[in-house]
Amino acid sequence: MTVLQSTVDTRSAEYGANREAMLAKLAEIDAEHAKAVAGGGEKYVDRHRSRGKLLVRERIELLLDPDSPFLELSPLAAWGSDYRVGASVVTGIGVVEGVECLICGSDPTVKGGASNPWTAKKSFRAADIAAQNGLPTINLVESGGADLPTQKEIFIPGGRIFRDLTRASAARTPTVALVFGNSTAGGAYLPGMSDYVVMVKERAKVFLGGPPLVKMATGEESDDESLGGAEMHARTSGLADYLAADEQDAIRIGRRIVARLNWRKQGPAPDEDYAEPRYDPEDLLGIVPTDLKTPFDPREVIARIVDGSDFDEFKPLYGTSLVTGWARVHGYPVGVLANARGVLFSEESQKAAQFIQLANQIDTPLLFLHNTTGYMVGKEYEQGGIIKHGAMMINAVSNSRVPHLSILMGASYGAGHYGMCGRAYDPRFLFAWPSAKSAVMGPQQLAGVLSIVARQAAAGRGQDYSEEHDAAMRAMVENQIEAESLPIFLSGMLYDDGIIDPRDTRTVLGLCLSTIHNGPISGAGGFGVFRM
Amino acid sequence: MITRLLVANRGEIARRVFRTCRTLGIATVAVYSDADADAPHVREADAAVRLPGTAPADTYLRADLLVAAARTAGADAVHPGYGFLSENAGFARAVTDAGLTWVGPPAAAIERMGSKVEAKRIMAEAGVPVLSELDSDAVTEADLPVLVKASAGGGGRGMRVVRSLDELAEQVDGARAEAESAFGDGTVFVEPYLATGRHIEVQVMCDAHGAVWAVGERECSIQRRHQKIVEESPSPLVERRPEMREELFDAARDAAKAIGYVGAGTVEFLADDSGRFYFLEMNTRLQVEHPVTECVTGLDLVGLQLGIAEGRPLPAGPPPSLGHAIEVRLYAENPAQDWRPHSGTLHRFEVPGVGAEFTIPLGTGIRLDSGVESGDVVSPHYDPMLAKVISVAPTRDVAARALASALTRARIHGVTTNRDLLVRILTHPAFLAGDTDTAFFDTHDLGTLATPLADDDAVRLSALAAALADAAANRAAARVQGRLPSGWRNVVAAPQRKRFTHGTAEHEVTYRLTRDGLTGQDGVDLVTATPDTVVLDVAGLRRRFDVAAYPGLSCVDSPLGSVALVPVGRFTDPAAQVAAGSLLAPMPGTVVRVAAAVGDEVRTGQPLLWLEAMKMQHQVNAPADGVLTELGVAAGDQVEVGRVLAVVSKEVP
Repeated sequence: MTVLQSTVDTRSAEYGANREAMLAKLAEIDAEHAKAVAGGGEKYVDRHRSRGKLLVRERIELLLDPDSPFLELSPLAAWGSDYRVGASVVTGIGVVEGVECLICGSDPTVKGGASNPWTAKKSFRAADIAAQNGLPTINLVESGGADLPTQKEIFIPGGRIFRDLTRASAARTPTVALVFGNSTAGGAYLPGMSDYVVMVKERAKVFLGGPPLVKMATGEESDDESLGGAEMHARTSGLADYLAADEQDAIRIGRRIVARLNWRKQGPAPDEDYAEPRYDPEDLLGIVPTDLKTPFDPREVIARIVDGSDFDEFKPLYGTSLVTGWARVHGYPVGVLANARGVLFSEESQKAAQFIQLANQIDTPLLFLHNTTGYMVGKEYEQGGIIKHGAMMINAVSNSRVPHLSILMGASYGAGHYGMCGRAYDPRFLFAWPSAKSAVMGPQQLAGVLSIVARQAAAGRGQDYSEEHDAAMRAMVENQIEAESLPIFLSGMLYDDGIIDPRDTRTVLGLCLSTIHNGPISGAGGFGVFRM
Repeated sequence: MITRLLVANRGEIARRVFRTCRTLGIATVAVYSDADADAPHVREADAAVRLPGTAPADTYLRADLLVAAARTAGADAVHPGYGFLSENAGFARAVTDAGLTWVGPPAAAIERMGSKVEAKRIMAEAGVPVLSELDSDAVTEADLPVLVKASAGGGGRGMRVVRSLDELAEQVDGARAEAESAFGDGTVFVEPYLATGRHIEVQVMCDAHGAVWAVGERECSIQRRHQKIVEESPSPLVERRPEMREELFDAARDAAKAIGYVGAGTVEFLADDSGRFYFLEMNTRLQVEHPVTECVTGLDLVGLQLGIAEGRPLPAGPPPSLGHAIEVRLYAENPAQDWRPHSGTLHRFEVPGVGAEFTIPLGTGIRLDSGVESGDVVSPHYDPMLAKVISVAPTRDVAARALASALTRARIHGVTTNRDLLVRILTHPAFLAGDTDTAFFDTHDLGTLATPLADDDAVRLSALAAALADAAANRAAARVQGRLPSGWRNVVAAPQRKRFTHGTAEHEVTYRLTRDGLTGQDGVDLVTATPDTVVLDVAGLRRRFDVAAYPGLSCVDSPLGSVALVPVGRFTDPAAQVAAGSLLAPMPGTVVRVAAAVGDEVRTGQPLLWLEAMKMQHQVNAPADGVLTELGVAAGDQVEVGRVLAVVSKEVP
């Protein structure tokens, strides 16, 4: 047992200021979350309720095991776009009858649950998570189909949804569709491609073409019930496997279906007996400085998220800007890579590459704690082979086969974002703290680079360079880049799986690790570990 | 000398007799009906003999089977306990005729006292004051109210109070029928009814050598349906009028001598506040309430019974009474619902601070004589008494306080009991003042006394505690993510909800557990929660709630009162729904009579059928005007609780 020591002074002015800043950011995030929860707004919520229907989150609450956690994914999807925050769909990981399931429910209070381009992106991400982690999927269906004005962005890529469903089925991860309302035209393939289909009596409506379309196509007179009613599908077409009397009955049947999946997780079971961290996770609010130029010791974070604050550091004296070592989170072993002083040098890169190989050798998931400004630049470092060494790290991250988890605590700039397993490197989950920022480089640096390039271009053309114009350009660029590196913006773009309260980091990691262990955990093989 | 004793009884009295047998080195034999096959009295006997069937008439009332059982088991003596055949001269004779020792009075004495009519005559002759018997045909308005009693009766059965002349004939007939079925003797008689009398009785103990003891008196005035539920020694009335004591003792000894009594017996009197008393009857057996006498005298009355049966003389005595003992009878019944008996699984039965079981506690303390243990099934076939809880202390007030406290803290799960009523009696100012009489429930309003100890606030807090304990249990039992925070959400939408019914009221508990503790409950904070214990901070006061969850039942015990909650499932399975207008069996029992047929038009309150359970008939009435569309049972059917008996549809086709 190697217990980390902490030197956080919770009474210092700096800690207090950091904490205040973090709480203010959390309040902003909460306000945005509340928008997603509000769905289509009071009017549409009331109308939905007046029809005796449950809201999507109420359906999910009823579906989950009582008192179990629920991790909502991409809650801020579509933030900053023309669409409602949340993208008219709720996705998340919840426990149903003791089985971790990927739950996906359309929000019918937002434009009747119609899919817009962000809905599609959010659903794709959810399907990826189900596929990568081997989770059963439960779809709570009530959607008017595609938002037709945006069909050009949805129609062609949107076919993936149905492909993913049937591939999930083929991968032996069952799919369940609970149909609460409309599921027509393309939407009909949601139940159509699911392993188990439950339809709510007098509510579910599943057909390829409704009465007007049928009339236009063939001249046949028809009605909703005969074309796609729950009773018809349960008794005549056989598309519905179960006819539910009402919404709660559909959820009850859904739970019984999952209970009978005989689900067995393929990953190793966690240690049952483990200690909570010795230090209060509350302190995490005050650890990240308000100005990311000031580095912080990631061991203070590790001490507050790993079991018993017990951490065995690997290569502690080499490449000290990156902390690597072994720990457990909620009983699951993890290898941790955490940026200590922002910059990644050749030593840090090689240390990371070696450590990632070690984790693959022993089938241990990796946790990346980001606070990096990127790989070192400069003559000495270029000549010392920083690109080669950075490439080793990126190579190791890319070809590692153990599950990766990324937490953006502070900065995540440049190729450092790649080396630390940024979004493009397919971590199983990636969450950001409200204090995080991510971009190709810092706003000031980027504006400065543009200024130098513009100045050189002007000089090349023999033109005068306006300092006034330069200052305005720099301010504008800085503001733009600053806004676009904020987590709320990136979360809206689906570049993370959500922004979390730093105090919840351990819980989120525990939940993700447990989720990941539904599938097998197996590292990459081929060569022995390259010493570096 | 007795070497192996068969107890021709069940429940706590069988266990009581066995306890003394073990002390004296006598081997024990139990008998059991099929319903009692796993009962505690069977478990702890050295040997047990099955009496096939469940009805008393097929089992504990079968003298022939009991004698045969004694033979089979090699018993050389039989103790009848109380109730059943304890006052059946024929049984006493059958036992002695079989060459076995009968632990009880001679058959002749039982016979003479068994007829209340005859007993009153003998007593009057012996100079014991008696209430005059009335000719049922000559009763006038001036004689009212009157009491109709079964001559062979006991335990309140076959006893009816008549307050108007026009109902007299009907009640006499009813009492006669009840007596005929219960005792095999339909003789009834009528006597003046003293509505506010005090029931005082004297324990007598007579050996075969002429010693006749009056071993202290007991007062058992607080009764329901003529059955005692609170008994004590000494009597508060006699303590108030000490000159009564010797008169009572003299009368009791005279009564015993008049019939040449041998063994343990009880002479019962009805007294008024002025100190006058009248002979009621003599019980020729050990009484249910004998422990209070034991606790103040230090005697083992069963031990003395056995000694007398063995022909031994009583020792020097009787000993004086010291201190005060109060016994309550804990029944599985609901006083607020006309004392309706309850049966079912008694998941837990724990009385805290019990100093002794079936014997005398040392000094001040609680004695428990229980027929049941945790996990036992309380069957609907017999008397619903679960246990007797006895408190002994130097003074009456302390005994009452200790007993009320022990009852309040007792953990009794699975069946409804009269516990809260008993606590309200024991803490009532009139009871503490010694103002007890047979009209106690009328004087002090049974409705008020039967109010549960837990008030609305206590029920609300108990429901919250049950919900939080359930949450803790859910987390502990979780197959995955079990140690993640309870109900954790990264995006907050709805709180956790749990619903419970308490009686007819539904309680919904909504809560969220966050890093800041419990939210959604004003003024209440959560200190700790485990599946068994929840500590809440209620307006600055820490309160502990002990929670026990069973299938379909959550029991919360706290000093605020015990609360039984029925969790309401989150889902309803349409297949498990019953049609509106369905009449469900309120308890397990036998359908004795059906008074309507399918297709009949029925009116609200019209009796449709009768269910017999716990020796009582329960009428099932039409809930509304309509047509009887379904009738799922016929006379003679055994039904379980919740069974659909009939369906009344409101629409007249």
